[in-house]
Amino acid sequence: MADTQRPTSPHLQIYKRQVQMMTSITHRATGIALAVGSLLVVCGLLQLAAGEDSFNHFKSIIGSPLGVILLLGWSWSLFYHLCNGIRHLIQDAGFGYEIPQFVRSSWLSVVGSIVLTVLVWTYVLTAGGAA
Amino acid sequence: MAEFSLPKNSKIQPGKHYPAKDAKKPRTFRIYRWSPDDGQNPRIDTYEVDLAACGPMVLDALLKIKNEIDPTLTLRRSCREGICGSCAMNIDGTNTLACTCAIDSVAKGDVKIYPLPHMPVVKDLVPDLTHFYAQFASIKPWLRTQSPAPDKERLQSPEERKKLDGLYECILCACCSTSCPSYWWNGDKYLGPAILLQAYRWIVDSRDEATGERLDDLEDPFKLYRCHTIMNCTRTCPKGLNPAKAIAEIKKLMVERRSA
Repeated sequence: MADTQRPTSPHLQIYKRQVQMMTSITHRATGIALAVGSLLVVCGLLQLAAGEDSFNHFKSIIGSPLGVILLLGWSWSLFYHLCNGIRHLIQDAGFGYEIPQFVRSSWLSVVGSIVLTVLVWTYVLTAGGAA
Repeated sequence: MAEFSLPKNSKIQPGKHYPAKDAKKPRTFRIYRWSPDDGQNPRIDTYEVDLAACGPMVLDALLKIKNEIDPTLTLRRSCREGICGSCAMNIDGTNTLACTCAIDSVAKGDVKIYPLPHMPVVKDLVPDLTHFYAQFASIKPWLRTQSPAPDKERLQSPEERKKLDGLYECILCACCSTSCPSYWWNGDKYLGPAILLQAYRWIVDSRDEATGERLDDLEDPFKLYRCHTIMNCTRTCPKGLNPAKAIAEIKKLMVERRSA
């Protein structure tokens, strides 16, 4: 019966971009981003251990416009992964499975992560943080 | 490993255009076509249908195309009232039954119709469901008992019977399983939402005496735990059922019996 000539019907290419699917994909993407970001933290610690000059050099790199954009992305990734992770914990406990509930909680993860990112960066920029 | 792009023989080519003559209320349908006979890649054919002389549902339009415009268009259909599950397909980006999907529910633009996603295509809108049915058989979807059969039927209280509501209505149309990205990437080993909902239907049946064995069978990194609560299944179910919830209940039972 199996015919290897049979085409595979289109999937990601044609499926409607609904919020519950996009938040799930973004959860994975931010997880990967955070794993890479933790390497940067390790780099920073190594530079710190190597002395003041090397740490200042590290600071100037991540303080550059590109560095700030990357830090912004990582901090948003952290808050998104956190918010959506809490949502997944609640779902694992068996709550929030009705369509209006999970559509709302998906959007809450997105909005919550943006709000938290803005709050942290407002503090960093106004209080003269280390970035 | 997940394949995000389509294999070479599945890439979609531009297709033919069938314009409508003197249509009072024209609507354009863009439909996935593939035939095993001509050695070509899949294509999208465009049909203009006069909705002034057509029933209200997407299935009505498909049958009008088949009867009046292009008899080679191939699709499954039977009951035309949402009970057989034959006409499951991807309409306007989500999986549903063509017979219960109103053409007007596709708000604007062309009506795009594809077979159920990430399945081997037999022809046009007909996917090969052999593996899906084999997975259904693998969960032993029948009443399993050890106790001797009573003289009459095995009795159930109204409360016990109520636990089957929202489960027994599943018609195995495969809309949910083929909407699930996890099933797209791991469908060879992951059972998918439809089959897991069916598994739960037998797990919670008070008359079934094989609950432990059923849970043992699902205790597997792939069969059950490839569900990442993406929820596409529940969002797309044309019968309004909740496979994601059923899977969550199975996962909870797994934890409960481990801690018991």
